[in-house]
Amino acid sequence: MPDDILSVEGLCAWFGEHQALKSIDLNVASHSVTALIGPSGCGKSTFVRCLNRLHEEVPGASASGKVLLQGKNIYDANVDPVLIRRKVGMVFQKPNPFPALSVFDNVVAGLKLAGIRRKSVLKEVAEKSLRQAALWEEVKDKLDKAGTSLSGGQQQRLCIARALAVEPPILLMDEPTSALDPISTAKIEELVVQLKKDITIIMVTHNMQQAARISDRTAFFLLGELIEFGDTSSLFTVPKEKKTEQYITGKFG
Amino acid sequence: MSSLRGQIRDFTHLRYKRRKLLSLFISFLLSLSALAAASCLISVFGYVIWKGLPHVNLDFLLSLPKPVGETGGGMFNAFLGTLLMVFLGSVVGIPWGILTGVYLSEYGRGKFAFLVRFSADMLASVPSIVVGLFIYVLIVKPMRGFSALAGAASLALIMIPIIARNTEELLKLVPNHLREAGLALGIPRWKVILRIVLRGSLGGITTGVMLAIARVAGETAPLLFTALNNRFLNLNPTQPMASLPVQIYTYAIAPFDEWNQQAWAGAFVLVIFVFVLNLGTRWLVKPTALGTRD
Ligand SMILES: Nc1ncnc2c1ncn2[C@@H]1O[C@H](COP(=O)(O)OP(=O)(O)OP(=O)(O)O)[C@@H](O)[C@H]1O
Ligand SMILES: [Mg+2]
Repeated sequence: MPDDILSVEGLCAWFGEHQALKSIDLNVASHSVTALIGPSGCGKSTFVRCLNRLHEEVPGASASGKVLLQGKNIYDANVDPVLIRRKVGMVFQKPNPFPALSVFDNVVAGLKLAGIRRKSVLKEVAEKSLRQAALWEEVKDKLDKAGTSLSGGQQQRLCIARALAVEPPILLMDEPTSALDPISTAKIEELVVQLKKDITIIMVTHNMQQAARISDRTAFFLLGELIEFGDTSSLFTVPKEKKTEQYITGKFG
Repeated sequence: MSSLRGQIRDFTHLRYKRRKLLSLFISFLLSLSALAAASCLISVFGYVIWKGLPHVNLDFLLSLPKPVGETGGGMFNAFLGTLLMVFLGSVVGIPWGILTGVYLSEYGRGKFAFLVRFSADMLASVPSIVVGLFIYVLIVKPMRGFSALAGAASLALIMIPIIARNTEELLKLVPNHLREAGLALGIPRWKVILRIVLRGSLGGITTGVMLAIARVAGETAPLLFTALNNRFLNLNPTQPMASLPVQIYTYAIAPFDEWNQQAWAGAFVLVIFVFVLNLGTRWLVKPTALGTRD
């Protein structure tokens, strides 16, 4: 489809000899939220890590197939993975702010290390990103405190702000709320829905209510295969596949 | 079943008493060995101060050795020689060691890395006199003479494996998810290593570097075959050069009381130098969150 920002064709991924993804096809529309669900070890993390070419940084890991980002295959031989990662941001399961850096420096780390030094620019971007991540009000008075001094939920939103600061059109989130309390989780869910007007989000989650609440489309993975992919409302109410139905009704997994 | 419960209580009670006794005994042993180690250090220190300090004066610090038979004179040439050779050795050894450590931690995979790591470990455990002999064959013979350069080279060769392995271990403590966080922001790998991984472990790496400097500052054996010694003040690195450890050695085995005393004074200065370096590092480098723990 022409307005698909991302389309994945025949994506396979390996850790050494072990094949973790088996020929995945999946399209993601611009300004949508896509949820990835499935039992532990089914390849959800591997899949999102293929989308920003982080997968290949693991020793022995490899991938094949096509991932078209705005029409261009990010696995073409002459593509620089560094540039892909600026367009496809990522938030990890465990909040991972840079320990030696302040809140402010954490947010602008991506810009600073890309060579942007103008204080006024950095300040502007920091405020904008922190507001986008719904963290500004809580940290505006402690921007020079260590990033690691924030609470877990705040740290995760700090990591979201850090990812947003480089203005990626796509944001990958790998179980961003699994380490958080219900209030922080609700904040981040709200945030995801807000962010949709600016960017496209692909989010891994183990929480099916969460997937149902915030996503437009849902993909169900099992043992490295994409079993079913469709509108969230129909996938959860009238799944086409038997395995999907078994999984969402808690019969296995 | 109350008897069983009673038995369990008796049993745990007994075990508890025995455990407490054993724990007391082990604690005693631990304190004893700690005390023994500390008292060795303190007595060496005390002895060097007692024998050396009375002979340290301005003349000793600032003048050159007098010829045999004349009284007075000092070790100024040796102080300067040690500083110069340690400096030259560090200029080569520190960056080389750190780069090797970064390679081993961040890029080192497969057979080649194994070989490098293995050689570094071997080199670190080779007696320093062998390092001296190696540099003798490599530099002194081809250059047809002892020189400060050869001395500095042998010191660098001792520093490299120490710094490399220390750097590697520290960088490996940096959790991988921080590297991935950096990469995921679209930062090139080398920049992630330089600005996030290395920067976060700077404290530990500096400590390792300082300890390596302290270690080579006191090396005698490798300098005997390389820089030799020099009774005169020499700043030319292609010429033989005096150093504190070699000077101490020479004076300590000489049959003159005054030289023996100067050897003690020299030992005192050397110990103070190493001590200050160690303390200074500890004071200067406050542990950062990154690199010392998750
Ligand atoms: N670093 C690795 N080295 C080798 N195999 C790996 C590695 N990471 C993951 N795998 C394997 O790849 C498969 C997919 O793992 P992946 O982490 O993508 O699962 P997941 O769906 O994200 O699971 P979870 O829900 O527990 O996070 C698993 O079989 C796992 O054992
Ligand atoms: Mg996962």
